[in-house]
Order: sequence, then structure tokens, then C-alpha cells
Amino acid sequence: MIINSTRSSRSPLQNLDVLSIFIYLFLVVVGIMSIYSASYNIDNPKTFYDFNTFAGKQFIFACTALLLILLIFLIDYRFFEASAYIFYIFTIILLFAVILFGKEVKGQQNWIQVGPVSLQPTEFAKVGLSLALARFLGSPGSKLSDRKIWLIIGALFLLPALFILKQGDYGSLMVFVVLQLALYREGMPIWIILVQVGLAVLFILSLVIKPVYLAFVIFILYSIFTGFLLFTRKKLSTRSWLMLIVSSVFLIAFVISVPKIFTKLKQYHQDRIMVLIDENAVDKKGGAYYNLTQSKIAIGSGGFWGKGYLEGTQTKYDFVPEQHSDFIFCTVGEEFGWIGSFVVVSLYILLLIRIVAIAERQKNRFARIYGYCVASILFAHFAFNLSMTVGLFPTIGVPLPYMSYGGSSLWAFTILLFILLKLDSHRNQLFSRG
Amino acid sequence: MNDFGSEKRYVLYGLFIVVGFILLIRLFVMQVLEDKYQEFAEANAIEKMTVYPDRGLIFDRNGKLIVYNEPIYDLMVVPREARIDTNAFCKFFGISRQEFIDKIKSIRAVAPEGVFFPQLSKVDFAKIQDKLVDFPGFYVSKRTVRVYTSESMANALGYIGEISPEQLKKDTSGYYRPGDYIGKSGIEASYETYLRGKKGVKYQLKNRFNQVVASYQEGQLDKPAIAGENLISSVDIELQKYGEALMVNKTGAIVAIEPATGEILALISSPSYNPNLLTGADFKKNFAAISRNPDLLLFNRATQSAYPPGSTFKTVQALIGLQSGVLNDTLYLPCNQSLVKCHPHPYMTNPQTSIQYSCNPFYYQTFRRIVHQRGESFEALQKGYQEWREQVLKFGFGRRLGVDIADEGAGSIPKVERFNTIYKNNWNYSNIYSLSIGQGEMGVTLLQMANLACIIANRGYYYTPHLVKSIGKTGKPLPEYQVRHETVIDKKHFEPIVRGMEGAFKAGTVGPMAQVVNLYAGEICAKTGTVQNPHGEDHSTFIAFAPKDNPKIAIAVYVENAGFGGIWAATIASLMMQKYLKDTVRVKLQPWQVGRIESTEKMVFQKVFNKRELLRQDSIWRAEKRKQDSIKALRKKEEELLEDDNQLNPQ
Repeated sequence: MIINSTRSSRSPLQNLDVLSIFIYLFLVVVGIMSIYSASYNIDNPKTFYDFNTFAGKQFIFACTALLLILLIFLIDYRFFEASAYIFYIFTIILLFAVILFGKEVKGQQNWIQVGPVSLQPTEFAKVGLSLALARFLGSPGSKLSDRKIWLIIGALFLLPALFILKQGDYGSLMVFVVLQLALYREGMPIWIILVQVGLAVLFILSLVIKPVYLAFVIFILYSIFTGFLLFTRKKLSTRSWLMLIVSSVFLIAFVISVPKIFTKLKQYHQDRIMVLIDENAVDKKGGAYYNLTQSKIAIGSGGFWGKGYLEGTQTKYDFVPEQHSDFIFCTVGEEFGWIGSFVVVSLYILLLIRIVAIAERQKNRFARIYGYCVASILFAHFAFNLSMTVGLFPTIGVPLPYMSYGGSSLWAFTILLFILLKLDSHRNQLFSRG
Repeated sequence: MNDFGSEKRYVLYGLFIVVGFILLIRLFVMQVLEDKYQEFAEANAIEKMTVYPDRGLIFDRNGKLIVYNEPIYDLMVVPREARIDTNAFCKFFGISRQEFIDKIKSIRAVAPEGVFFPQLSKVDFAKIQDKLVDFPGFYVSKRTVRVYTSESMANALGYIGEISPEQLKKDTSGYYRPGDYIGKSGIEASYETYLRGKKGVKYQLKNRFNQVVASYQEGQLDKPAIAGENLISSVDIELQKYGEALMVNKTGAIVAIEPATGEILALISSPSYNPNLLTGADFKKNFAAISRNPDLLLFNRATQSAYPPGSTFKTVQALIGLQSGVLNDTLYLPCNQSLVKCHPHPYMTNPQTSIQYSCNPFYYQTFRRIVHQRGESFEALQKGYQEWREQVLKFGFGRRLGVDIADEGAGSIPKVERFNTIYKNNWNYSNIYSLSIGQGEMGVTLLQMANLACIIANRGYYYTPHLVKSIGKTGKPLPEYQVRHETVIDKKHFEPIVRGMEGAFKAGTVGPMAQVVNLYAGEICAKTGTVQNPHGEDHSTFIAFAPKDNPKIAIAVYVENAGFGGIWAATIASLMMQKYLKDTVRVKLQPWQVGRIESTEKMVFQKVFNKRELLRQDSIWRAEKRKQDSIKALRKKEEELLEDDNQLNPQ
């Protein structure tokens, strides 16, 4: 390996991407502030470092995250690629342990107690999967055109997914789905993603419009397309014709079976989806309606400038459930208004773009794939969480990275990002093997 | 070597930016464009509480408190939030566990919250107030009820009750909410806008458990409730009480007015009810009983019922006659009983003495002259009658005077058209002559009669009678009561009438029982009346004022089935006047007079004219008699047996 270059004489610290770090710190601090405001009781104000409060705890989590960062930077940069699979196995074990010894919190068996701390392995599993995927796909000779490669990738995904499914953490499952973006970058054709998006859109449409009509429309569209093909005397192989017919049948069947599938879902899942489509179809006293309404009210009442820090009446008086974790954005929206929302959203987008840029400038395939995984995971959390709070996506338990309360989530996302930054700072030293 | 695919980053960039954009737009719409979230947020967290003001108090003309407010406290419970130590609760309140469970169950069945203990006294409330912290889900709701210091003046004061749906609809200002209290009758109703004050607003912050956490914006947006204005009634409550006592077991009414101002000194309708019955928790029960009472307790006989005034109306005829010139001081008319029956008195009378002796034929002739002033033809008769009617209306008859309580009767003085319709345009004086002596097709209210007494007392004008002499800090009544209304009769024409009324009291139709009241401070002027009742004993009516010069009180009394007006109605009126004047003008009464007055009072208190009461007493008397008779019979039988015994066994 060529180790030395003029750049390597600089300490790695000077190669760190400052922008990402700045955004990271900003988000963590704003997160602590928001958590503090969300639990702020004007009659009995606690200091933010009171370890019995959420804000106090988050502060501790943030401090320990700094330790983790330090640790990451002290470790040799080659360690991460080398130990990727080990890390992955480790998270799988943790996931398995949750099934065996896990505490159940809020209907999901997500947590295990390790000493004084509760850990949520799912978050770390995302890091593990990223590392494993990056290692596997980044190794020489991996081409996505190879059928065997796909099988292994599938296995890599499936293993943690099964555990997560068992836990009922559908949010994290959806994050896994978004991880496909990394695969796309590495050569997976985009139509695979588009098909999934299309099916999702069809699914939603089937809930809104009577499936029979949709099926009819699909049939008409296919007929027109077929007619067009015949008319223009385009020659298609038998295989193509077969695919055309099969896909049309599949789509029609899919569309018609959506209501059936929907009713098979748990009631609260149905509610969470229905409340976005038709408010009146949902029990207004139920949690799904209440949560969404409270969230929208909190955010919507912020106006342009917001009500001011610590002045959010909705979040201050416990109207928004989970206001320190999943719905942390409500505090931002209510207290800092659209201006505040704009700043936070923009910073996230900026961070995501920056991460992709960082990934692209990696010369090492492992690092690049890993970078795309980081971006995908962060993007997924950001998009799902924010969409949920404003009523564009069903409520799922997905935290907002760096801002939501939670040690596991903060640590996992910190590790996720800073491994990349560490790799990035050594990008000129890292070369692909072979 | 890794560069194919690097352009794919732009897809991701695009994806990130598009998603960011969508979110920002959605946020913009929610936060900046749509107001509903702001409103929802406020509805969510900020509770707007209405603060009810204290209702205005009512005092009598001498500053005595008649009506005030008392707070009552209900212990309320929200069963869903009542997670308490049941044993401690039951122990503290002294109820059994089963009672507790039953009560909660019955509340739960009907509503999310309800009254657990109604109407706690102030003392009880103080005891439990601190303890309530230990029992979440329980709270105390305070309301106020009206308390009436005396049991009188029920009809004039009125009562308050929950606003009805019809009244809510009529409330265009949107001030009232369902469940609010509003004056329903009497002064409480007509002065509602002054008495009710102004509701205040308190904004409080509540968390999602519906607990009050703080005052919104430290109460800067709060508006304090403004207490209702106090009213000073013109009524003299002692006089009112006295009059109601005099009218016990009699059906009728009394109206006493201060002539110089039109202030009503007493407004009595009998039988009546204790106003304290129509307040508080027993309202519904009592209201049902009171409104169903066949004696029509809620009907205000002083202002609402109209009846032919009888001979008291002769004063009006005389005044109109004098003004129009058909009568004068020197004109004597014979008591020609072929025209209409009369009672014994000097044969020739002039305006003054015709009042004193209440001569019927005199007025037959007078009225005829009045309506035929323009000639003997039918047209002339109609014209004459119309002009007469217009003058009568100026006395306040045939229309509402405008007293400050609702449902005042207008009475009726028939229009020419009415006679034309009844008699098909073919009528003459003989069809209408009964109007000359206040009988026939006319109706007046007792209020109008008292007002007539005021007009005569004032020698020609009146102020609209009213019950409230001062509103709040203004110290004045409503503007319409400060207007002086003139009749068209010249002052000089009142003299013979006044003198005639003076004579009527001293040596005329007023009976000796009433004359027991003699004032050395001045003279009483009066006119008796008897209203014919085809169904039974005639009704008694009487108007008077005193003293003759510079009168302080004008009064009209009406007692059903009491016969000739100069007896009972006059006595009641005299007693009322002497009481009022004794207290105000400080009339000195001789000791023998005091004794006589007291025995007269006693007689009046005990006199029963009310038919149902008479029947009731009659049946009691009969039952008692039967008992006595049977005891006598038994004793007789015993004696007979003893005699037989003695006869058989001589000792």
C-alpha cells in the first residue's frame, strides 16, 4: 500500500470534515434544548443537567457520545473495514438477546439491560449492517450482476430484519428498505426501486379509490399500451409478452387484494394509515388520531417566528405524546416557527448532501458504500420522522437522528457518522485492495 | 475505477432536496398559512373560563336590603378522574362505602360529571376545601342564589331561573349561554341588563389531564367580571309587608304611589307566595306547586287584571265634565232614580257633593251631556264619545301606563267602532249609559286607578308609576319615569273633586270602620266603589290620597267579594295610609286612636273573603260542629242511662 503522500503528514484531525461536525453538534445541542423545553415545568424548573430529567440524561448521552467519537478517532482507520463482519455478528447476537432477555417497552420488545444502561440493539444493527454490506460489496470482484452476490446481500439484510420484524419495529424495517439507495449507487438498476415505489403508491391509491375502479384503469392502460404496440407493429419477444401479461395480472390482483391485506394489519396500524387518508374513518378518541392531531397542532401553531423558547404551550403542557423522542420536532416547530423549522430541515439536507459528497470522494469502495449507507439511513430516519409529525406519513417509531431523546439512538448515529468521518479523514491513505 | 455510477449521486441529491422542499412547503402551509392550528392549540391548552359576576342587589326606598345573593356550593365529581382512597373519603364525609359506590354509579350513568353533594353550606365548604387536594376528581362548584329578606313583594320582585331556549334565540347579543340564569318576571326581568352585570373571562392553561396548571399570560388577557348594578326600589318594604298581612285570606290587590314622583310605595297582589320558594335547589318543585295553585299566585292582580272601576270612575267623569263646561260648581242635578238606581242622600247634588255621596243619576246625566255636546244626532254622539274617550285615555286608561314590570294590562275603553259593530250602527246613549258610573264595557287595572288617585292628588298630572327609583350609581330611574304627563284638565277643576273626596271620607260613603283612622296632620280624600259581580258578592274598590294638601301617598285597593267599597277596601286603604304617614310624616296619633287602630287591624287580619279559604274554614267548622254534636249526644245518652240506673236502684 502506498502510505505516504504529502497529505498524510498532516494529522488526521486536520482532514476532518468540519461542516458535518458542526451540523452534528448543532443538532445535538438543539436536541437537548428541545428535550429540555418539552419536559419543562414552569412551576418546578429543573436544570438541564439534572440527571433525573430527560434533558439531563440526554446531556449525559451526548457527553458519552463525545467519548465514543474520541474512541473512534483513536482507533486505527483500518480497523473498521477489518472488523465489519465481526461488528455485524455482534449486533445480530444483541438482537437475538433481546428476544431472549428483552424488556418490553411500549408494546415492542426492543431493549436489553446492560448494567445501568438500557440498550436498543436495533439502532446498532443498522450500523452493523452498513459495515457488513460495505465490506461485502466493496470487496473486489463483487458485481451486482452476479446472482450469488444478490443472495448474500439478501441474507445480510434478512437476518437482522427477521429479528426486527419479530420485535415489531416496522419503522426500522422501512429504514432497511431505504438502504437500497446504496445498492443503487453500486449498480443496482433503478427500476427495482421504482417498482417498489410504484407498488407503494398503488397500495395507497387502493385505499383511497375503490380497487375495482383502479383495476379497471390498469386494465385499460394495459390495453391501450398493447394496442399501441400492435398498431405500431413493434415486435416483442414472447418473453416480453409474457411479462406484460403477468405483470398486468399481478397488478390487478395486488390492487384488489389491498383492502384484504389492510384489514389483516393490526388495528392501530390501520388507524395510523387511515388517519392520513380520511380522518373521519378513524376513532377520534383513539391514539392514532390524537397523536397526529396534537403533533400538527403543536407545529402548526408555531407560526412564522415560533412562540419562543420554552414558550410552547402544546409541548409544555404534555399535549404531545412522545414529545421528547419521536415527536421532538414538534417543539422545534412550535417554539421556533417556520424559521426554526427551515433551519433544522436545511441543516439535515445539507448534512445528507455532504455525506454523499464525502462518500463520492472516497477512493476506497468500502468507504464509499459505507458512506452511502450512512446517508440512506440518516435520510430514511429524517424523512419518515418529519413526515410523520406533519401528517404526511403514518406514525412509526423512528427517531430523529441526533435530536430525539435516547442513548442508543444517539450513540448509534454518532458511531455511524463518525466512522465515516474517520474513514474520510484518511481517504488519501485508504486504497482499495487490489 | 470507481467512477461509473458517480453521477448517481445527483439522483440522491435531487431526492434529498425534493423531500426537503416538500417538507418545508408543508410546514409553511401548516405554520404560516393556516390559522386553524393556532386556534386548535389555543382550544387545546388554554381554557377560557367564564367568570360570573355578582347579581345586583335590591334595596327598598329606605335603604333596607330586600334581595341579595348567597353562594351555595355543590360538591362535584368527575367519576373517570376520581381515583381516590375510598375509605378515607367515606370516613371523612361520613357515608358508607355502598352509598359512595351507588352515587358514583348513578352519576356515571348519566354524564361525565355530576353533583355528588348538593348545596353545601359555607361552613361545610370551608371544612372540605383543604381536603379536596387529597381527592382528585372531586371539585367544588360555586353558584349563587337569590335570597329575599322578607317574604313579601314576590310578584313585584319576580324570580330568576335558567334561560329558556326561546329566550336564548332572542338574545342577539350572544351574551347568554344555556344554563345561565336570567330574570323571569317582575323587577328581576325588566332590569335584567342592569342587575346581571358583565361576565368576565379568565384564561387558564390546562394540561392534557384537564388540570389547571397556570394562568395564561399571567392573567393579562383576563377580563374581570363586573358586578351588577344595585337597584333601589321605590317600595317601602314595611308598608308592603303590612299590606300583605292585611290582605291575607282575601283575593285582590293594593297599589300605593307617591304622587309627586310616581314611585310605587307598595304593590300587592293577594294571594301571593314566599319569594324564597323560587330559588335554589327546590325551585322546580316549588314552581310546579305555585303555578298550579288555583288561586293564580303568579298572576299580578295589581297590574294584570282589568275590571270595571265602578263609582271611583265618577271622578274622571266629573273632571271631564267640568273641563268641557257641561258641569260647573253651581250646577245641581237631581238624583232621578228613574234613570238609574241610587242610595239615600240629599236630592240635589253638585259636582263636589255628587262625589261625596256618589250619586249615580248625577253621572248618568253628566255623561249624557258630555257625549252629546255636539248635538243629538248619531254622528254628534259618535264624535262626542270619541272626544270623551280621548280625554279618558289621557288619564292613563285604555292603554298601558308603562310600569317597569312586564305584562301590564292595558284595560280597555271601548272605541266607537266597537259599539258600531255590536249594535250594527244603531245605538244611542241608553246603550252606553253604564259607562257613566264606571260599569259596563270598560276595564281598568288597579294600577291605573292608583294613578288616577295620583292625578287628582297632583291636581292634573302624573309621573308614570315605577318600582325602581334608582339604578346603580346614577341615583335616577329610567328616563321615561322622569317625564311629567299632563291631562288636559285645568288645575282649578280639581278643587271641587278634591273637596268632594274629602267629604266622602269624613261624612260620605266611607264607613266608620275606616274612619277610625283620622289624621290630624291633614285630611284624607277618598272615593269608594263597588264593582258588580253577577256570580256572587260584589267586589270592593277604593281610591284615596292623603294628606289633602301636599299629598304624600295615593292608594287604590281592590278586594274581591268584599261587598260595598266603603267598608273593607276603605279600611284597608286607611290603615295603609296611616301606617305610611305615621312613619314618614310623623303624624301624631292619640292613644285611644292607637288602640282602635290595633283592634281594626286585627279585624282585618282575620277577615276572610277568599272563597276557597271560606269553604275550607267552613268545612273545618262543620267537622268541629259534628264532633261537638256527637259528643253532646253521647253525654246525653250517658245521663239517660245513669238516670235509668238510679231509678232502678234507688240509693
